[in-house]
This record gives sequence, C-alpha cells and structure tokens, in this order.
Amino acid sequence: MKFTKLATVALTTLAVSAPVVADLVFPSLSYRTGPYAAGGAPYADGYADYFTLLNERDGGIGGVLTAVPECETGYNTAKGVECYEATKGDGALAYQPLSTGITYQLIPKTMADDIPLMTQGYGRTSGANGKVFSHVFNFPANYWSGASRIINRIMEENGGTISDRNIALVYHNSGYGKEPIPTLKALATKHGFNLTLIPVDHPGQEQKSQWLQIRRERPDNIILYGWGVMNQVALKEAANIRYPMDQMFGIWWSGTENDALEGMGSHGYKAATFHNVGSDYPVYKDIQKFVVDAGLTAGDGSNVGTVLYNRGMYSAMLAAAGAANAQEIHGVKDITSGMMRDGLEALNVTNEFMAAAGMPEFGPEFSVSCSNHGGPGNVGIQQWDGNSREWKLVGGFEAPDMELINALIKADSEAYAAENNITPRDC
Amino acid sequence: MSADFLYTIEVILNGLMAGVMYSLVALGFVLIFKASGIFNYAQGVMALFAALTLVGIQTGQVPFSHLINAIFGTNVHHFGWQVPTLLAIALTIGVMVVFAIIVERYILHHLVNQEPIILFMATIGLAYFMEGFGDIMWGSDIKTLDVGLPSGGSLWLEEYTLGWAAEGEQYYGMYLDKLDMVASLVAIVLVVSLTIFSQYTTTGRALRAVADDHQAALSVGISLRTIWVIVWSIAGFVALVAGIMWGAKSGVQFSLSLIALKALPVLMLGGFTSIPGAIIGGLIIGVGEKLFEYAIGPMIGGATENWFAYVLALMFLVFRPQGLFGEKIIERV
Repeated sequence: MKFTKLATVALTTLAVSAPVVADLVFPSLSYRTGPYAAGGAPYADGYADYFTLLNERDGGIGGVLTAVPECETGYNTAKGVECYEATKGDGALAYQPLSTGITYQLIPKTMADDIPLMTQGYGRTSGANGKVFSHVFNFPANYWSGASRIINRIMEENGGTISDRNIALVYHNSGYGKEPIPTLKALATKHGFNLTLIPVDHPGQEQKSQWLQIRRERPDNIILYGWGVMNQVALKEAANIRYPMDQMFGIWWSGTENDALEGMGSHGYKAATFHNVGSDYPVYKDIQKFVVDAGLTAGDGSNVGTVLYNRGMYSAMLAAAGAANAQEIHGVKDITSGMMRDGLEALNVTNEFMAAAGMPEFGPEFSVSCSNHGGPGNVGIQQWDGNSREWKLVGGFEAPDMELINALIKADSEAYAAENNITPRDC
Repeated sequence: MSADFLYTIEVILNGLMAGVMYSLVALGFVLIFKASGIFNYAQGVMALFAALTLVGIQTGQVPFSHLINAIFGTNVHHFGWQVPTLLAIALTIGVMVVFAIIVERYILHHLVNQEPIILFMATIGLAYFMEGFGDIMWGSDIKTLDVGLPSGGSLWLEEYTLGWAAEGEQYYGMYLDKLDMVASLVAIVLVVSLTIFSQYTTTGRALRAVADDHQAALSVGISLRTIWVIVWSIAGFVALVAGIMWGAKSGVQFSLSLIALKALPVLMLGGFTSIPGAIIGGLIIGVGEKLFEYAIGPMIGGATENWFAYVLALMFLVFRPQGLFGEKIIERV
C-alpha cells in the first residue's frame, strides 16, 4: 500500500515537472472549468488543434515541433498569473490568456520577461501603441474599434445620422466591460447620440432590473459587452421584452453560438467580429484529416467550426505566423521569446497570406509595426439566423473611426507610460 | 395613476418574484442546516448537478461520453432517444437520492461529532468534486433546458394594464415574466409541502427531533443516518427545482453553481433554520435590491444589487443577529 502511494506520488511529480520536449512552446492559459468554461473550452480547442495540425501536417514551424502546454485558469486572474509564472520557464514564446483581467496583470510581467502578450480582440486597448507597450500585440481589432464599427453600422442603417438616437451600453461590470466606455462617450459627443450606461455585475445570472429599465426607456439600439452567462440571460431578457433584435449589437465576445441559445428568439441579433464565420475553408479539411480523424483533437471535436473555436484557431495561426517570421528574421529555427516579439512586430497579413494558410478572407488584411501593434482595426458584422441556427457575415471588415480611437490610444498609453516610468520607444 | 407609480409597482412585483427565485436556492441550505447543523457549501453545485443530470437524461446523452471516447477511441455522445420530461425528472430525483446516500455513507458518516467547521470544509470539498464530476459526466457546454415552462412577459397583463397610466404619460403596461410566476407557484407548493411534511409526518417529526438534539434523538431510537439521507435527498430535490427554474432562464451551464451567492444574504436575513424565513428573507432581499437599483442605482453608477443585498441583510442582523426567523441561542455560562 505504501509502495503504491509512493509510486503514485513519484509518477505525479514526474508528470508535473517533466520538461517540455518540443522547441516552440505556446502555453495555453485556458479555462475548461468554472462559470466561463463554455466559452473557454472551444477557444482552447481551436488554439491547440491548430498547432497540432502544424505538427502533423508540416512537422511544426520551420521544421521545429510546437507544444501547447495547458494551464487551467478558471478565468480567475490570480490563477492566470500563477499559470504564467509556472509555465514561462519552459521556453514560452507567447501568451494568449483569453482574459482582460489576466492581461492587465501580465502586461508589466511580460515586458520584464521579454515575452510577447497576444490579446486578439481583448485586453488593454491602448496596448496597440507599440511605443509604450513593446510586448503587447492586440491586432487585428480591439474593444474600441469594435464599438466604433458598431456605431458606424448603426449610422449606415439610419441614413448616416444618429443624433436623435438613444443608445444603451449593457456591459459586464468589470475591466473588460468598461473598456468601450471612453470610446462610446467620445463618439456620443461627436455624433450627438444619447448614451445610457447599464452595468451588469458578475456573473450576470439575474438581470431583471436592467431589462425593466430598458423596457421603460426604450433605447433605439443596445450594445452588449457581455461574457458567459450574462450573454445568454441578456438575449433571453431582450426576447422576453420583445426588444427588436436587429437593433441590438454585441461585441464579438457576445456573438457566439452559446449566446444565441434561444434560436429564433435571437433571430436578427448582430455582433461585431474580427474574423469570418463557419468552417467552409481549406484549413478545416486539413484539421479534419490530420487532427480530428487522427484522434488528436484537444476536445471531442464537437466545437470545430464554431465561433470561439475559429477565434482560437485564428489566434494560433497568427502566433505561428509570428514565429515563422521570427525564424526568417533571425535566421534560426529555435527562436527565443525576444525573437518571437520581433517576428510579431514585422507581421504582414495579406489576403495572399491568408489564402496560403488555407483561410482565404477569414480575417482582415493588416500589418504590424513598431509603433502600431493593433493594426487598422477593421471589423466586420455578423448576424444570427434563427432559422438555420448559424451566424452569417452581413458586413465586411471595415475601418472604424481610427482618428478618434488613435487619439484615445495615445492619451491612455501615454498616461500609462507616465505612471510606470516607461520611456516610449523612438519609432 | 402616474407612470412612475406604476413602474414602482412593477419593480416591487418583479422584486418579489426574483426573491422567490433566491428563496428556492436558500431552502436547500435551510433544510440541511436544520437537520445537521451543516452549512452546505455544495448547495449551488447540487442545483447545477441536478439540472445537468435532468438535461442529460432528457436528451439521451451518454454520461461520461468524453471519457469513454478518449479511452476506447469510440465516438458516442447520444443514445438517440428522448426521455419524457416527467420520467426524466423522476430519474433525476432518483440520482439525487443516490447522491444523498453516497454523501451520508462516505462523508457524513465519518464526520459524526466533528466540529461544524470540519463539516463545512467537507462540503467545500464536495462542491469542487461535484463540479468536476458533473463536467466529466455531462460536459461543460451550455445545455438548453426545455421542460415546457413558459417564458416571456405576460401579454395579457401588459394589455390589461396599458390604460392604467394617466393620459399623455409613456407607459407600456405592467411586465411580469411568466417563468417567474410559475416559479412563485412552485415555491408556494414546495413550502407548504415541506411544512406539512415536517409538522405532520413521523419522519418530519424525527427530522425536527434530530435538528433539536442529535443525541436525544438517537436515544429514542431515531436513526441519524436515515434522517441525514432523507434530508439530503429533499435538499437534492429542492436543488433540482432551483436548477430547473434558473436553468430555464440561462441554459444549464456551470455558472449555475454561483446562484448560491444570491442565497447567502437571504439566509443571513431569514435565518438558517427557518423555512418561512428563507421565503420571507428572499422576498425582502428581492424587493429591497430591485427598489434600490431602481431609485438609487442610476445616481451611483448602477449594478448595486449584488452588494446591496448583503448591506440589507447586515442591517437586519444588527437588530436580530440570528436572522428574522432564526432560533435565538441561549447558552448557560
């Protein structure tokens, strides 16, 4: 009995402390448990499956195998930081924590450790200023470009003027949910619409007060910045009060299959997106052949082609592109995280590049530079079709109000630099 | 009538119904605390587990399918049948009874006469175990719960009350969610049934005897083990009811376990040992937080409900530390 216990302990210790054998390490700070698991699991599946595809189909990146060690954060900031500390010593090349809270904590740490922090569609928006945030990469779009694109869309649908409209922002009362407020306030001043802010506390299981207020005030449009159960409840309550769903817009974290559970109840609901929808892309044939059929999927394969799986896969593809770039720039296969940062900073994602990756028109074209880590912020609009129970792209990847957003990014990043004694890079 | 007055009435009515939803969760806590002195941290997870099991059985999902597929290389997810709702509910109750037996046999049985904090810690462990077990058994994806409950606002009520506001005022009729109305009816039936059970049945009296004094109950031949199994089974049933009502709103997902957070201020206010206290406490918290959010919320940035519920409970505790209906404990020095 004692021997069995000792053997178990020894094996467990070995399993936990075993060094990662692959050379290119992309830790996945995932959350497959807890209240946000339904969102975290498909994203983590897509992220891991893409690297598995590269290993199985191409022999890794530049001939070097990749590894995606997972660490469970439970969408908990403290656990996320623990995961970072536990995995960074394994040769981590980049982190994508899928949490704005964790991102905020990791920004100073990754800068100090010279490890890139990739936050596709989340995190600190002003991280787009590469002069200040040398290790943050939040291309191709951020919360502010999403908010601006939604306002542009509302303008398009209303003959170009929205000065007489009441627009309500229903948001997760957290760092994430509050991110678009400065942009929306600036846009409200610019375009003359009335903005009402309606916060919803975590987790958002009970929103009766908020939706009674919406029913009383009847805003012309609703913008939803939710995550997890908050989205499902918000869409259910909106359907309950018979709010016109085509006048309601979500950010991309409120635009997944999970959120439109109601089916026909959510018919017409729109959401911003920075990548395309569905699985009708050549890369999916490869994923089926090399990953799913080979029994190598990170999950059970049921998430393939869903919005969040696509997002995880797309994020992995961008990380892999950065690594390949780094190998080319530095002329070495076994790159370091510092080299990875250089590769990401020289990223140039064209339509030709996307087609070659088996993802034609899956995402917008963009390029990254020393000063601009956010790209042009082009965002598309997708709409839920309750009949076919799927999202459809109804608005192309268009530029938001970058003049306004750039001014906000500059102000916020410079304030951060001043607070943290960071000398902006000269580029 | 002025529209503002009507809106206030609407907020109060919706607050009452939200309070009933909180009470459904609080009831499970009260039942177990009354019978065993255990603050069951796992009550929220029990609601989640019960709802997951109900949907799983109803939709013919293969339990542990991920595990089976990973080990045997198969690709099974569903049996291919649908189980009628009532049968699925009955089977889920059966699962919760089995769960109660396992809890008694493998946890409580070994912790008899331990300090309350030890028992509390055991329920924390139980909560984490059940959450993980539920994940392995049924998966972490969001499941739609369809047991035939109505949803949406009552159109009849809206139209009936539309003309109540004074002329010229913007008023859209009274809004009440049909699901909340059903939940209120269910809660009333549940409380009446539980009260009758505990007051007029032999088992109910035995349950109260155990609650009063374990050793005295044992001395007159009441089986502590049987009573605990019965209490945990009833708490499992109450958890299933709560899981159905909350799951119908948001889909069955792991955040369902957090509904326990809404029950805590209810328990603080109503007392841990009173079934009517759980109901009255829920109603006070529901109305209080909704009215505060309606009247004061917009002035201070909104999202006041989560913290105001606790403030309200603490205000009551200043005057009645044992809660409104809790038993006053007097100990001789």
